[in-house]
Amino acid sequence: MKARTSDHNPWGSRWRGLLSISVVIASWELLTRLSLVKSTLLPPFSSVLVTILEDTIKGPLLVDTAVSLKRVLVGYSISAFAALLMGIGSAFNRTFSDLIRPIVSFVKPIPPLAWIPLAILWFGQGDPPAYFLVGLGGFFPIFANTFLGMSLVEQGTIKVARCHGATGRLLFFKVILPQSLPSIFSGLRTGLGVAWMVVITAELVGAQSGLGYMIQVSRALLQSERVIAGMIVIGLTGYGLDRLIRWAASVSLRWRNQEGGTGDVE
Amino acid sequence: MSNNGMTGEAKISVTNVSHDYPDPDSGGRKQVLSKVSFDVSEGEVMSIIGPSGCGKSTLMSIIAGLVMPSGGEVKVNGQIVDGPSPTRILLFQELFLFEWMTTLGNVEFALEARRVSKPDRRQKAIEILNLVGLAGFENYYPNKISGGMKQKLALARALAAEPQVLLLDEPFGALDLQTRNELEFELLNLLKFGNQTVIIVTHDIRQAIFLGDRILVMSPRPATIKKSFVVPFPHRRQEGIRLTREFNDLETLVSASIHSER
Repeated sequence: MKARTSDHNPWGSRWRGLLSISVVIASWELLTRLSLVKSTLLPPFSSVLVTILEDTIKGPLLVDTAVSLKRVLVGYSISAFAALLMGIGSAFNRTFSDLIRPIVSFVKPIPPLAWIPLAILWFGQGDPPAYFLVGLGGFFPIFANTFLGMSLVEQGTIKVARCHGATGRLLFFKVILPQSLPSIFSGLRTGLGVAWMVVITAELVGAQSGLGYMIQVSRALLQSERVIAGMIVIGLTGYGLDRLIRWAASVSLRWRNQEGGTGDVE
Repeated sequence: MSNNGMTGEAKISVTNVSHDYPDPDSGGRKQVLSKVSFDVSEGEVMSIIGPSGCGKSTLMSIIAGLVMPSGGEVKVNGQIVDGPSPTRILLFQELFLFEWMTTLGNVEFALEARRVSKPDRRQKAIEILNLVGLAGFENYYPNKISGGMKQKLALARALAAEPQVLLLDEPFGALDLQTRNELEFELLNLLKFGNQTVIIVTHDIRQAIFLGDRILVMSPRPATIKKSFVVPFPHRRQEGIRLTREFNDLETLVSASIHSER
C-alpha cells in the first residue's frame, strides 16, 4: 500500500486554488451589492460577467481580442525567428557574436514602451508599429536564451557524434538543438509574455483598436464593467498563450520527464 | 605479438606520440605524453594501464582523431589519422548518451551517421540492442535505465558503427564490482568473437588482465610506456581465469611495475 500523500495531491491544491478565487469573487460581489463601494469605481462581478457575455455575443470583444492576438502573433513570430537565427549565429560564429552582442547589450535595457513615440513616427497608426514594439519586446529573452542554450550543450556529446561521422545538419538537429531546447523554450515563453504585455500597453497609448484601446475608451466613457471585462479577457488570453507554449515545450521535451516504455514508435 | 596469426603491418601503430597543452598556472605548456610508441595487431585487445591523470584519455582521443598530437603520429591501416572516423569509435568513460533519444534512437543515430537507409536502421538497431541485452527497452530514455544498462547502451551505439577499432576509456568505472564483473564478461564475449581491434584504457589491473591480450604500463605524467606484458591466456577465454594462479601472479607483477620507479 502506498502512503497517503495528501500534501502533494494535485487535486488538493487545485481545490484550494478554486476556494481562494471563490472567496475573492464572493467578497467582491458582496461589497458591491451592499453598495459599500461605488459601482462606477468597482462594478459587481456579476455585471462584469454579463458584460463579457454580451460583448462576446455582439462581437466587439471578440474582434478586439482577435486584433490584439494578431498583433502579438505576427510581431512575435517575426522576432522569434530573428532571435533564434541570431542566437544560433552568435553561438557558432565568433565574428558575428562580436559584432552583434554590443548592440544587443545597448538596446536591451531600453523598455519597449520607450520606443512607442518613435514607432508611431516611423510606422504611423495601426498594426505596423505594434508589430515593431511586440517584436522588440519578444526579441531579447529569446535571443539571450538561445545563445545560452547553445553554450550549455555537452561538448562530449558533440565528440561522440563526430566520432560517428555526424556533421552539419545531422549534428545540429539531432545533437545540438535538442539539448538547447529547454533553454530556448524558456526564452520563447518569457518572450511571449513580454510581447503580450507590450501589445496591450501600446494599444492603451497609440492604437484605434484592440483590447488595450477598448479598455482605455471604456474608461473615458465611465463604463467600468467594460474596463474590468477587458482586463479579465486580457488576463485569460495571456494565460492561454502561456499554456500553449508550455504545452509545445512539454511535447518537445518529453524525454526529460518520460516514464519510459510508452509505445511511441514513429 | 598477435594471437590470431596475423602478420605484416600493424592495425594501429602509435609512433613517438607526444602531447602538451597550455598550462594556465605556469604560463608555459604542460606535457602529458612523451614519445609514446606501440603497435596493436588486428583483432588484438590491448590494455593500457597507468595512474589516473597520466594522459591515457588524451592518448585515446588522439587515436580517435579528436585531438591532434603535438608530436609523432598514429597510423591505422597504414594511414595517418588526421580526424575522427566511424571506423574508430571511442567509448568515453562518461558515456555521453543522447538523453533526448530513446535507446533505440541512440543506436539509430550511429546508423544514420554512417548513412544506413532508414528502413534498415530500425531493424539493425533492434538487433544490436538485442545483442547487448537491452531487448524490451527500445522505447526507454537513457535517464530511465540503470547504470549497467547505460553502459550496454553506449556499447550498442559504438558497435552500431561497426568499427574496426574500438577504444574503451575506463569501461564500467562507475559501477559496483559485481555489475562490473558481469559486464566485463559480456564485453569479453562481444569483443573476442568479433574481429575488432580494441584498446582499453583502465586503472583496474584485474580488468586489464581479464580483457587484454597484452598490457602496457604507463608512467605518471608526462606518460611514456614503462613496461609491456603478454597475458598468458588464449584470446577467447573463460570467466574462471580470474581465479587461477597465473592471473593473480600477473596481477602482482603488473602492480609492482606500476609502483616501481622505472
